[in-house]
Amino acid sequence: MWKFLLPFAAFVALVVLFAFGLNPKRDIQALPSPLIGKVAPPFSLTDVADPTHIVSGTALKGQVYVLNVWGTWCVECRVEHPVLLKIAQQHVVPIIGIDWSIDHEPSERDKARQWLERLGNPYDAVAFDQNGRTVIDWGVYGAPETFLVDGQGRVIYKFISPITEDVWQHEFLPRIAAARRGAA
Amino acid sequence: MPLRVLTLSFALALAFAGTFASSAAVTGVDANGQLEDHALQARFESITKELRCLVCQNESIADSNAQLAADLRRQVREMLLAGQSDDAIFGFMTDRYGEFVRFNPPLEPKTLLIWGAPFIMLFVGAIIIFRVVRQRSRMPLDDEPAPGS
Repeated sequence: MWKFLLPFAAFVALVVLFAFGLNPKRDIQALPSPLIGKVAPPFSLTDVADPTHIVSGTALKGQVYVLNVWGTWCVECRVEHPVLLKIAQQHVVPIIGIDWSIDHEPSERDKARQWLERLGNPYDAVAFDQNGRTVIDWGVYGAPETFLVDGQGRVIYKFISPITEDVWQHEFLPRIAAARRGAA
Repeated sequence: MPLRVLTLSFALALAFAGTFASSAAVTGVDANGQLEDHALQARFESITKELRCLVCQNESIADSNAQLAADLRRQVREMLLAGQSDDAIFGFMTDRYGEFVRFNPPLEPKTLLIWGAPFIMLFVGAIIIFRVVRQRSRMPLDDEPAPGS
């Protein structure tokens, strides 16, 4: 009896493995962030628009906010940008940007300003990370990456690759609502 | 007079060279980007070979040309110069990027399957070979008359 059952069980196991492994929706490069559930890494950087102004995490304490890491060199950020503009119009949460100067060039600041002027600015503030240290603290390894931070200052979600309206609707909004319920 | 100017400029040049030399000593990195302390450089090489570059996930940060890998090498170099231990450096990386950054994950309950898999497979293979051999040894040889015929 088990002469038939064993190959059949192996077959079923393979089907399950392949269904998981070959799922086109699964991004094989996306990694779970060890930051989830932990206190968000502190950051304090100058504002892209105004180098005398500081954008920091402590100023956002008590608020649920979205932190979006991008750069003008990042093609997928260009794809994501219109979606961020739509999200910003909903005024659900503050959207903080981190402009990542991947090659440490100070000129990224001007490029970012031009980008925001030409394409529109979805951000409540954009911090300028010229040396890439804040980005490393957040465990970022590509752009765009988007974090959700709750009112207690904890990272509750991370999304890698461009946000779509679908992702915003189904991954972000429920978590934002839950974070606010939890805080209330 | 020209001699004095010459001596003065010589002294100035020496002084400048001195400050450059001492600033190099402060950063601890030589002209080739190598750590001046050979023991530190050896640790730098072994640590960066063991950290995965997350941009091109099958390369180590020692091999990768990605900008992020260069930034992470800078981080390792700075932590070594600050006198931090290998464990502290690996801890820094795994706190931010997860256990996946280590090519050589520590033996822990959650990595037991990774470390145990070769032994499990060896065991399964041994059972299969044992069964096949036992079954075949019961079969008659081709040039032997089958028993009972």
